[in-house]
Amino acid sequence: MSDAILTLEGVYTDIAQYHILHGVDLAVPRGAVTMLLGRNGVGKTTTLRTIMGLWVAKQGRITFDGEDITQAATPARARAGIGFVPEDMGIFTDLTVEENMMLAASTGPLDAKRCEWIFTAFPPLKTFWTSEAGNLSGGQKQMLSIARAMAEDRSLYLIDEPTKGLAPAIVSTMASALKELKAQGASILMVEQNFGVAKAIGDYAAVMDDGRIVWTGEMRELAESAQLQEQLMGLSMEAG
Amino acid sequence: MTAAPDHKPTFADVPLSARIAQAMPFLLIPILVVFGFVAIGNPSSWLTLTVSGLAMGMMIFIIASGLTLVFGLMDVINFGHGAFISVGAFVGVSVLFAFGQWAAAPSLVLNLTAILLAVLAAMAVTGLLGWAFEKVIVKPVYGAHLKQILVTVGGLIVIEQMIHVIWGPEEIFLTRPEMFKGAVTFWGAALEKYRLLAVAVGLVLFVAMRLVFRRTKIGLIVRAGVENGEMVEALGYRLRVVFVGVFIAGSALAGLGGVMWGLYEEVITAGMGEEMMILVFIVVIIGGLGSVEGAFIGALLVGLMQNYIAFLEPKLALISNIGLMTVILLWRPQGMMPVVKAK
Repeated sequence: MSDAILTLEGVYTDIAQYHILHGVDLAVPRGAVTMLLGRNGVGKTTTLRTIMGLWVAKQGRITFDGEDITQAATPARARAGIGFVPEDMGIFTDLTVEENMMLAASTGPLDAKRCEWIFTAFPPLKTFWTSEAGNLSGGQKQMLSIARAMAEDRSLYLIDEPTKGLAPAIVSTMASALKELKAQGASILMVEQNFGVAKAIGDYAAVMDDGRIVWTGEMRELAESAQLQEQLMGLSMEAG
Repeated sequence: MTAAPDHKPTFADVPLSARIAQAMPFLLIPILVVFGFVAIGNPSSWLTLTVSGLAMGMMIFIIASGLTLVFGLMDVINFGHGAFISVGAFVGVSVLFAFGQWAAAPSLVLNLTAILLAVLAAMAVTGLLGWAFEKVIVKPVYGAHLKQILVTVGGLIVIEQMIHVIWGPEEIFLTRPEMFKGAVTFWGAALEKYRLLAVAVGLVLFVAMRLVFRRTKIGLIVRAGVENGEMVEALGYRLRVVFVGVFIAGSALAGLGGVMWGLYEEVITAGMGEEMMILVFIVVIIGGLGSVEGAFIGALLVGLMQNYIAFLEPKLALISNIGLMTVILLWRPQGMMPVVKAK
């Protein structure tokens, strides 16, 4: 495994009276795609939100690019180079597609060349550039959500279930865009339930259970072993 | 980059009924104006009442626009807003008294300068007061509505008592600057000069706010923050700083509204802001939480409705705005143009 861009050491997170994360240890390699897998409710989304600072870790240490960011506020983490695509997409529905993208460029004006690059992956965004984002379809909203994270160069992308509930054609669009990001050398930590997509994009995998990481290794190793899948996730996710 | 699969999105045709429903809040004002014309019958009385209603509405809008942002963006129910109206009025009127010769001179330039100085002083003081109020009183109770109501009402009472200490317990009577006394006659209708000024100030403020919200990055951040503050932070913006800025701006606008309202009524009291808060909350609620456009339409509806009903059926004037709110909430329970869904 290459050097880690992000490490979590013994991270505990509570949400109200519930203990969700029970000592997460994770190293996300630089320039690779790490899939965060596991059954529903094991703490995958909470892990991403804790890394982003949207939930506060009550114990443990989070290091990003060599800096301890455990106490950093969410905007500081974003400005340090972490892009976030939440499970609910977090689209500003009253704003146009253009305005959503303008907001995503937090350090300056939106780069035209980068926009063209994004349009290649997500042509509908160009078509609906001046439309209210609330009028987009579910797939188009997801495109916008990922495009927003791509609006500026980020060191690390946290992406939560980008293909959830999408039609196969749109899933294919998402997968292509994420592969392109990967080809650009981006580091990605992604929660994904679609095992086909996870297998196609992932370099590494970390499996969670009951609020902690229970297995880490190469994605290929997990994809090839039905027994490992059964043991870690309670069912074989072998799919096309 | 790899091209996406063939995908040809098209714009859906929006049915006429949906377009009308979307535009309905904007249509309510001309509908009400036409209703007023038909019900009043006399064109000159109707014009006088319409200008009066618009002027009143504009002043309510000036005050309510700040509150709707604070309510929508920060989820703070701030009854202390009423205190900023009163403080703005007292500071502004004190400045007007200090520049009494300019206000009394038969010169439009000197009169406007005196009003401008009064407004700037009022906005500066109420903005500063808003900053302190947010830091000391509101900040500890973010996310707790009941506590917000209790502490901001407490803050309102304290500030009102401070006004009594500084300016005395009696109401202060004033006269408008010389060039804004009296009325001009237009098509047989007497239109008070000051009300025309109030309409102009309200319109300028509305256009300025629209430009800031639609054309600037800070406006985008505020609009996005009203809808999903967490995501705005995840994009790298310090929403807390924006929150404080909006609170200060909202308080300063209340100060501006206080000066305008004081000159409109020609008398100011420590409790004037508190009395206005009912109208202001009605406007914020019927407009829809967090919506400046909604507050604008709501304020004009309230102003026009109050003036028309007071003329047609004076006894009903007291309940006209509550009636308006009831009807609008039955039609649109979240208000006319909500940006934030009620929790």
